Amino acid sequence: MIPAAFEYSAPASLDEALALLSAHGDEAKVLAGGQSLLPLMKLRLATPGHLVDLTRIPGLNRIEQDGVPSAGDQRIPVPVASRLQRPMLSIGALTLYCQIEESTLLRQACPLLPQTASAVADVQVRNRGTIGGSLAHADPAGDMAAAALALDATLRAVGPSGERWIPAAEFFTGFFTTALAPDEILVEMRVPVLEGWTTTYRKAAPRASGFAIAGVAVCLRKGPDETCQEIRIGVTGVTERPFRAHAVEDALRGKPLVASVIEEAAEAVAEGVWIAEDVRASAAYRAHLARIYASRAIQGARDADTPGGLSTGL
Amino acid sequence: MTSEAPVKHAVRVQVNERQYEEEVEGRRLLVHFLRETLGLTGTHVGCVVGECGACSVLLDGSVVKSCLVLAVQADGRAVVTIEGLERNGSLHPLQESFVSRYGLQCGYCTPGMILTALDLLARNPRPTEDDIRHGLAGNLCMCTGYMQIVEAVREAATVLAGATPDLA
Repeated sequence: MIPAAFEYSAPASLDEALALLSAHGDEAKVLAGGQSLLPLMKLRLATPGHLVDLTRIPGLNRIEQDGVPSAGDQRIPVPVASRLQRPMLSIGALTLYCQIEESTLLRQACPLLPQTASAVADVQVRNRGTIGGSLAHADPAGDMAAAALALDATLRAVGPSGERWIPAAEFFTGFFTTALAPDEILVEMRVPVLEGWTTTYRKAAPRASGFAIAGVAVCLRKGPDETCQEIRIGVTGVTERPFRAHAVEDALRGKPLVASVIEEAAEAVAEGVWIAEDVRASAAYRAHLARIYASRAIQGARDADTPGGLSTGL
Repeated sequence: MTSEAPVKHAVRVQVNERQYEEEVEGRRLLVHFLRETLGLTGTHVGCVVGECGACSVLLDGSVVKSCLVLAVQADGRAVVTIEGLERNGSLHPLQESFVSRYGLQCGYCTPGMILTALDLLARNPRPTEDDIRHGLAGNLCMCTGYMQIVEAVREAATVLAGATPDLA
């Protein structure tokens, strides 16, 4: 299996990459880690005429807090001026899954990202795949998308007329489709530092591919007496795009975080959603797994003092 | 695309500590480049869609599936294949342990298994059985049932750590 022929460019700057995208229009496709795009090209499900490889552009592979590079990935004190605002983390689009997985800054400040990155496929894919590639590819079963939604992330896209910020909630518009225009490039994801939140990512996935049949990312802020003060839930693998499970969130806010309450709330996770059906799972089985994994993920976030862990076998 | 001659790109890549310079089409996969252009057929072609791990090699020290990397993307980088592991006619401890522990039957997955295990042991020199199984999750073996592979990696870890292997 060999991809259809294409022209290949590896621009050295973002401006050069944007010019190539503008020049080639719909024919052009952006290449990052290639772990999703290259299989599609080999199966001839994607036949771009021009491939624009971003991996030679400096500055897109980085993890920073409040614009301060994490040199050697040591946590750097936040400058006084920016302490007044909500501290933010910035992750460059070409940051590899394995770098997210191993980042001490993220493990402290936003553990959901390492938790989710470590659940992606296998070590080979994590060594090569990028967070920006994953989000822009918008696989309906993409793991990082669930995390981006649960984190209420903001995504920075750069195009010929400048840059714009897109909330994760508005980014995934359909089956392998995003809010990005064909001449725009996703360059950065911003997430808040999760002070006082606990998180987890759980997914049901067949071992061979590791693609989620149902995957659930949870950010939880507990109130007094083990109640749910605030919760955000991102779900992937279930329907044509990753989504926020608002019905479950609404059902839990202010409630005690006991198993019976969580299980009942999780029943609503796929309510009103078209459920995908494929060779790995019928719609009924997938909806069942979504409810079970939503319940487990919420309970996992509640108990996050114990290691989050993953469920990859069925 | 019409019948005009395809555009070629220069690839300067170090493979097993030897420098190569070749011209390749953009769509040339690293696995085909290694096997057909350089003649290094120890890297095997399995599923070619990134699910079996048979084509695993080290790229700048990290294990990747060479069917999911374009040869042009290896320009300026260093690759290690299974041919690069022996030293002065002696097999690498991982290769030795795959032999002594019967970590293979047909052998098709073995080069990929060994390179993935090499990446694992570089990051985690004393892996538990769970670490080994998790680390090898991207490499499929149709013959062994994995038990002997896990044992082989564990034995190699012990040898590389300089202790006597536990043969129990």
